[in-house]
Amino acid sequence: MAKVIGAVVVDKEGCKGCNLCVEACPHDVLNLNKEVNSRGYHYSYMENPENCIGCANCGVVCPDTCITIYRMKI
Amino acid sequence: MAEIRLMKGNEVLAEAAIRCGCDGYFGYPITPQSEVMETLMAREPWNETGMVVLQAESEVAAINMLYGAAGTGKKSMTSSSSPGISLMSEGLSYIAGAELPCLVVNVQRGGPGLGTIQPSQADYFQAVKGGGHGDYKLIVLAPSSVQEMNDFVDLGFELAFKYRNPAMILTDGALGQMMEKVELAEFKPRWTEEEIENKFGVWASTGKKTNRDRNVVTSLVMDSEEMEQNNLRFQEKYKKMEEEEVRYEAIQCEDADFIIVAFGTCSRVCLKSVELARAKGLKVGLLRPITLFPFPNKIIKELARKSKGFLSVEMSAGQMVEDIKLAVYEAGSTVRVNYYGRMGGIIPTPEEVVDALEDKFSWEISYGVKRSY
Amino acid sequence: MELKDLIKPENLVYDKSKVQRDVYMHYCPGCSHGVVHKILSELIEELDIQDKTIGIAPVGCAVFAYNYIDVDWQEAAHGRAPAVATGVARLNPEKFVFTYQGDGDLASIGSAEIMHACNRGENILVIFINNGIYGMTGGQMAPTTLEGMVTSTTPSGRNTDLNGYPMKITNLIAELPGTSYVTRQAVHTAAAVRKCKRSVKKAIQNVLDKKGTSFVEVVSTCNSGWKMTPDGANKWMAENMLPYYPLGDLKDSIKGEPISEN
Repeated sequence: MAKVIGAVVVDKEGCKGCNLCVEACPHDVLNLNKEVNSRGYHYSYMENPENCIGCANCGVVCPDTCITIYRMKI
Repeated sequence: MAEIRLMKGNEVLAEAAIRCGCDGYFGYPITPQSEVMETLMAREPWNETGMVVLQAESEVAAINMLYGAAGTGKKSMTSSSSPGISLMSEGLSYIAGAELPCLVVNVQRGGPGLGTIQPSQADYFQAVKGGGHGDYKLIVLAPSSVQEMNDFVDLGFELAFKYRNPAMILTDGALGQMMEKVELAEFKPRWTEEEIENKFGVWASTGKKTNRDRNVVTSLVMDSEEMEQNNLRFQEKYKKMEEEEVRYEAIQCEDADFIIVAFGTCSRVCLKSVELARAKGLKVGLLRPITLFPFPNKIIKELARKSKGFLSVEMSAGQMVEDIKLAVYEAGSTVRVNYYGRMGGIIPTPEEVVDALEDKFSWEISYGVKRSY
Repeated sequence: MELKDLIKPENLVYDKSKVQRDVYMHYCPGCSHGVVHKILSELIEELDIQDKTIGIAPVGCAVFAYNYIDVDWQEAAHGRAPAVATGVARLNPEKFVFTYQGDGDLASIGSAEIMHACNRGENILVIFINNGIYGMTGGQMAPTTLEGMVTSTTPSGRNTDLNGYPMKITNLIAELPGTSYVTRQAVHTAAAVRKCKRSVKKAIQNVLDKKGTSFVEVVSTCNSGWKMTPDGANKWMAENMLPYYPLGDLKDSIKGEPISEN
């Protein structure tokens, strides 16, 4: 069975840490970083990258359009 | 071959708009200027030149339609009367702040409030000092005949586009309603989309082209330094208008001891007053400002140095008189500046004006003027 | 498999639209405006109408919408966007004109302008962001504020005896013969965003086809004004706003045609 894997690239500086992508992710891939970016926000990052299926839900709900998504079949 | 017709002032405004290649008119009915839109609707210029005419739901909407239309680089105009112009003042401030060219006609009636539907000049301050909020000026043209009602439509657009600034024709119910012979202008074609893009592509919102950055028509600047620079640039523009665009008519002022200053309907009355006064042996001249902003300061300063007094004749409680006083003060002259006027929709008579002149300047008439320079 | 093998142009499935400008937005974290801006940018790119689009920005938080969507804009006075759009659209009938307005702008100070623009059937798209509060000025009551909802000018909650009732202006708009497509959407979940985008696409298409005014309400959050977290605000909206402002199409017709019962 073909498996789909995905990856999320967060524009660390563009992220405002609103957590909406974290909530939107169906596979608990994302979380907010304990570190902050230069603007003082806890930016989103892939905590569990192996779970990502590239569904793009995080990107779709991101108000700051700082998420880019890649996906491929293996 | 020039076309000569007998027409109402308000009708002529409409005809002139069509002929000068105006793209759009947005208005709301109000006495005594409703004939402007009525004439346009009857003329159906959309069939002839493609000009759009739309009755808005309010003056507030009309002026904002004008903002939108002007923001795309199109020749757009509206007309209203005093209470309607008050409603438009918000929009005019935005239009001036966004530096959009357009033409607004105020066929004045008496105020304050609902006032009267009879003619008045009591919106002088509102017109020449800006009217809405913030530091801005309108280019204000004051016609005194139906012919000038015709001519100033094209002139108003020309100046508005030259300076990217709203222009106003400040007229009144008498000129709007009166019929006179008028020589109509030749038809000018409306600007094509290409012409507009070439002329105004640097600022007009015509749709972002690949060869330019997006255009944003706005009066909003959050940065204080930048906003101050904007204001300074506006002031430079107004200064340039004062240097280059002053228009006036000086009648028998060369040898005059007393200068009557009057515009629009009042200037027609005062023409007769000059004749009456001269018949009595009084050397009186008439200065008729055609541009109220920029105000003809220079000629007033010159006249202040050789005359014995000024009488500002207005259909208001005395508004333009303040600007005359400022010019006389700047000239370093001590001649007196008086006012005579009527309100409530009453037009002064020539005799009243002469009586007022004799009364207010009785000292000067007897003894001359004491000069301090 | 290494991440670097996955992150390659050929595997790209979701990216920022080219019509969205490469600047950080001034909106608060989690604000719905950003999502709606994104939808518009994506659709303007997909429909290839960047060169004919003219946006009319409101007064309110979205006053700076022109900084984010890379098209020509005009910034209107508070509430007057539909009148400005009328002036633009009437003199430029081949352009795509849209207004982007909040609830204070559209349903309060600009209620006359929106009603009459819709009633004339101006060929424009109206995006109406309804978050039940004035965001820009610091969280005051809006016409759409829910009964009992606390704002800075209704500190004890909106009292209908004093303040009247939350206005369902979109329902009124749907009654006007000038409108073609009137819908109420939201952007609080990925599914809602995708559905909202389909609605906006249809609305834009209607305008391009000159069917009359298309009106898309987006029930939104203002987590700062509501004093909530962004995800908390989304949940509160779903539980409180959506029952009063139910999602779905209110009208799908052509200007001047009878309103279909649905």
